[in-house]
Amino acid sequence: MDEEYDVIVLGTGLTECILSGILSIEGKKVLHIDRQDYYGGESASLNLTQLYKKFKPKKEYEDQFGKDRDWCVDLIPKFLMSNGELTNILVHTDVTRYMEFKQISGSFVYRSGKIAKVPSTQMEAISSPLMGFFEKRRMKNFLEFIANYKEDEPSTHHGFNLDKNTMDEIYYKYGLERGTKDFIGHAMALHPNDDYLTQPARDTYDRIMLYVTSVARYGKSPYIYPLYGLGELPQGFARLSAIYGGTFMLDTPIDEVLTDDEGKFQGVKTKEGTAKAPIVISDPTYFPEKVRSTGQKIIRAMCILDHPIPNTNDADSAQIIIPQNQVNRKNDIYIAVLSSAHNVCSKGHYLAIISTIIETDKPHLELEAAFKIIGQTKDVLMGIAEVYEPLEDGKKDNFFISRSYDPSSHFETTTDDVKDIYKRITGHDLVLKQRKTADEEAELAGLD
Amino acid sequence: MSQAQKQVRQAQFKLVLLGESAVGKSSIVQRFVKNSFDEFRESTIGAAFLTQSIKLTGDDLGESLAPADDGFDDGLIVKFEIWDTAGQERYRSLASMYYRNAQAAVVVYDITQSESLEKAKYWIKELQKQASSNILITLVGNKLDLKEERQVSEESARLFANELGLLYFEVSAKSGENVQDLFKQIALKMPFKAQVSKGNGAGKNKQSVSVDLSQRPTTNDQDCAC
Repeated sequence: MDEEYDVIVLGTGLTECILSGILSIEGKKVLHIDRQDYYGGESASLNLTQLYKKFKPKKEYEDQFGKDRDWCVDLIPKFLMSNGELTNILVHTDVTRYMEFKQISGSFVYRSGKIAKVPSTQMEAISSPLMGFFEKRRMKNFLEFIANYKEDEPSTHHGFNLDKNTMDEIYYKYGLERGTKDFIGHAMALHPNDDYLTQPARDTYDRIMLYVTSVARYGKSPYIYPLYGLGELPQGFARLSAIYGGTFMLDTPIDEVLTDDEGKFQGVKTKEGTAKAPIVISDPTYFPEKVRSTGQKIIRAMCILDHPIPNTNDADSAQIIIPQNQVNRKNDIYIAVLSSAHNVCSKGHYLAIISTIIETDKPHLELEAAFKIIGQTKDVLMGIAEVYEPLEDGKKDNFFISRSYDPSSHFETTTDDVKDIYKRITGHDLVLKQRKTADEEAELAGLD
Repeated sequence: MSQAQKQVRQAQFKLVLLGESAVGKSSIVQRFVKNSFDEFRESTIGAAFLTQSIKLTGDDLGESLAPADDGFDDGLIVKFEIWDTAGQERYRSLASMYYRNAQAAVVVYDITQSESLEKAKYWIKELQKQASSNILITLVGNKLDLKEERQVSEESARLFANELGLLYFEVSAKSGENVQDLFKQIALKMPFKAQVSKGNGAGKNKQSVSVDLSQRPTTNDQDCAC
């Protein structure tokens, strides 16, 4: 197949597949390769045979939890913010044609040894045990300030400059208790730790707005999730890329990377022959010598249950956040809960994926509070992943490398990386255009 | 036109195309959907997601679907959501998403290339592995207009299809021979009763609880409830 392409993409993780799709739409000739025989790379969803092979190689899966194919377990647990950038990209590229999404039923937060639902309606707010009567009024005042804030109307700023004043200063003015700050900063703004308190309030303001507008979109919670697991996302974008001419080769290891005298990328050799292109986009696993560890290590525990999570009103899906302060940690613990309602496990089973950034040399003990919340488990598979980032921006040698998926509970940093890589490659910002309709595409393809 | 004001029931199914590159998968769909043929069609780019409906009459159906005088026409519109491979078959790189929830599969080979039937067998195996167990698989020999160059006899292919319990058709995307009939016979074998029993269940057969992402928020109400 010795051929020339505009871009070679290595790895079929979500970041790579979104870029592959966008570049194909723009008319670039894309060759997309993965060494594995399934789509998704680090962001795949695996069935139990694949999962046990990866995390418990000595214990083969023997159908004890139902049919293997009923299971789609995410390697990286995340949800989509209903009003977030990934949703925006999905709508603009019409990848929604290939997938179905459902809401996540509820968002819960841990406080003083118990979990409580993050209110999503006025009614829930009034009865919420999270705050006392007076604190609820203070919280209401704070949220009114956020909701009414308008950049070009200084009277709505209440004397604050979001680019100078810190979040702590704003909390102080509204007299919020520590538990309420935890709630706002961790359950709404979704900060993983308390570093944000001393930073300018702008970022936290944006995050709270994202949360509030996401809840406003469908109710219940700010999150949506694709049926059959997150692994559908890279597959959907890969299909988009293929429809616009992208060539896909799974199960194809890279035998050799070709570079010129200055180390610039030229192409790859595989079992199918030599493919040439001036640039390569890749996930960090293909070029370990071109990435460094960020020092962050994430532990993820995939827990198989046969019951819903206690105290969630039998929710078929949920996010549970344990703010770091509540358990004397530096980083929050997240629990993503899913069930057969989202077609990721067999009927009667539940899946709880616990994750956090490791702080000690006994990481499994750090998850104790989370295990207490989820109750009895049928089996637990654990993995530790390191977070990598590229050493260089790729402009010198045309190797454009993505970042590992971080421990955040959503995809906002993933889409930031997509936009950043796009800009590094093309020199301009990514502007999303509405994809052509099916009829217009049929016409383009000569089916008129 | 006496039934002009009666509503027609609809049912929708996902149909996937499979087979080697260049056997004419997209051409068969083009003939079915647009009733046209393009001699120099390039590998599939764009338009890998088409829908086409077939009207089945009461006579086609043989038995009535529901009480006769419930205000519905006694026929049925079967709408196919047709997925083309978009070239992802070339290096055996179709995603599991492709097979998911497909109720019908059309596996195409070229009757003038015996090797393409061997490759079709690979795709039938893939379907048995990846698709739902009750998927209706149809083996289709294309290029019936090139009979004189035939390398695969109709008998041997039909025998093979019968052994595996597949429907079998020979068609010509170029002349259009048998193409409409192919899709009509598939339509007749679709499990439409479950969909029809829910009334005029038109549109996507989606679970009602799924969300429509393209729907914008109806208000700009940013009042948090807390």
